[in-house]
Amino acid sequence: MEPTTQSTRPDGDRMIVNMGPSHPVTHGTLHIVLELEGEIIVKATPNIGYLHRGVEKLGENLTYQQFIPLTDRLNYCSSLMNNVGYTLAVEKLLGIQDPPRSRVLRVLCSELARIGDHLVCIGINAVDIGAFTAFLYLFRERETIYDLFEMMAGQRLHSSFTRIGGLFRDIPPEFEPLCEQFLDSCPRTVDEMEALLTHNPIWADRTKGVGAITPENAISWGYTGPCLRAAGVAQDLRKAQPYLDYETYEFDIPVGTTGDVYDRYLVRTEEIRQSLRIVRQCLDRLKQIGPGPVIIEDYKIALPPKEKVYTRMESLIHHFKLIMHGIDMPVGEVYGATEAANGELGFYLVSHGGKSPYRIHVRPPCYPIFNSFDEQVRGRIIADAVSVLGGMNVIAGELDR
Amino acid sequence: MVIERIEAQLPGAVLERHAFRGDETITVAGTSFLAVVDFLFGEGFQMLLDVTAVDLETPEYRFEVVYHLLNLASQARMRIKVPVADGAAQPSLTGRFKSADWSEREVFDLFGIPFEGHPNLTRLLMWEDFPGHPLRKDFPLDGGDIFCSNDIGASYSPEARSLNA
Repeated sequence: MEPTTQSTRPDGDRMIVNMGPSHPVTHGTLHIVLELEGEIIVKATPNIGYLHRGVEKLGENLTYQQFIPLTDRLNYCSSLMNNVGYTLAVEKLLGIQDPPRSRVLRVLCSELARIGDHLVCIGINAVDIGAFTAFLYLFRERETIYDLFEMMAGQRLHSSFTRIGGLFRDIPPEFEPLCEQFLDSCPRTVDEMEALLTHNPIWADRTKGVGAITPENAISWGYTGPCLRAAGVAQDLRKAQPYLDYETYEFDIPVGTTGDVYDRYLVRTEEIRQSLRIVRQCLDRLKQIGPGPVIIEDYKIALPPKEKVYTRMESLIHHFKLIMHGIDMPVGEVYGATEAANGELGFYLVSHGGKSPYRIHVRPPCYPIFNSFDEQVRGRIIADAVSVLGGMNVIAGELDR
Repeated sequence: MVIERIEAQLPGAVLERHAFRGDETITVAGTSFLAVVDFLFGEGFQMLLDVTAVDLETPEYRFEVVYHLLNLASQARMRIKVPVADGAAQPSLTGRFKSADWSEREVFDLFGIPFEGHPNLTRLLMWEDFPGHPLRKDFPLDGGDIFCSNDIGASYSPEARSLNA
């Protein structure tokens, strides 16, 4: 949207508008101080930290296993992906690999979470701009995803599904029929959403050219994920630095050209389709692999099954040692990165041995992206700030930690 | 290979190196830090993913500021660690990488390490008059008595509670 009037008022005559901390378009508690000249934003100062819980400090005082529920609360729209990212980092530190069935299930739940996250991002972005219908279409699919998560992990939002060395449990038999049903209905919903938005002139007016960024700038700001790909950089860790055997799956990486909100929307839409392809391949692989263990059988790392704990002395001792003393970690430091829905989610772990990490640091993907907010909206109107904020998919939980 | 080139170009800059679990890591002295970053930038490490720090509680150099760089062309990663004494400043990378802005403010906020040359070095996650720096090891987990005291920079009792005690 082009600004309608150009203000010529002097510098001291700016209007200060507080967007947030409690505002419908700030998903989570964000505070942005906008300095306006007429309708035009002269300066935007994001003021973050309202959701700071000291996750890193807590992590230093918890065992590696106990930290998993805290990762749920980072990006609460796709908590399963955080679980997977964190356990992969710890497994890198330990130098172990989880069983094949668990690897396929991790890919499956990551991709479902990615679809869910993108659906929420596009739906909320649309509803902020005024397109309420698309939001309702998308949230029906998100409900199915949450039903699938509930079957897997027993919880809808805060899944805590993974364990160090594998998964908490296998998927139940009723998972597959519902997932098939989802694979059938989701593409249709995405088509319907595209029919509502992609060629909609109002949507295009509000998003095209808004928040445009050059690839060089995006790299300097530390953009990752859909926002970087929308700017034309084909960087996806699933292809570039494959983990969980992603190199054996068939999928493509969509890339935009201008990096504006419209391109971010198109990239996310295509990523949903590509993730559905991966989910399809995962279901086929699960049938191929057949039933098997979903957690490693090294009882110094993973808890032994309950039947054994109740019947065998050795397993009882392992159980006791793991709960009371935790895993005996090697001394060292690792940085484990995965491609989360928003971009590169990194966990930097420093171990000095013992049951708790000496230092645990989370690199949230939306943090550097939101850092560039001022540059993205400067010189534009307030309405553009709303669509830029939605296109960035800022999740306060992972932003503030 | 990159590390060998750094050593050839800037002899004595790399104090220590390891590649635990495949993560290339170099420890660099504060004096040659900017030269090393410039060299790595020229080598293609143009994305600064993350800046953080570790409180090592060693008497000589208390902190280690940790940088994670990514080379988008070769997909190589590099971790640079710089030992910093308590109260000493670390040169800011805001002129080189835009993403250094909030990352450095966060380290300043949570560890109290000042960054020289940062255009707006204020607290980011904690509020303006918050006493102390929460990620320092001597900061107690329960935060001490911050709601009763206005004494900024107050020291905390070492026998504060911990989660697993």
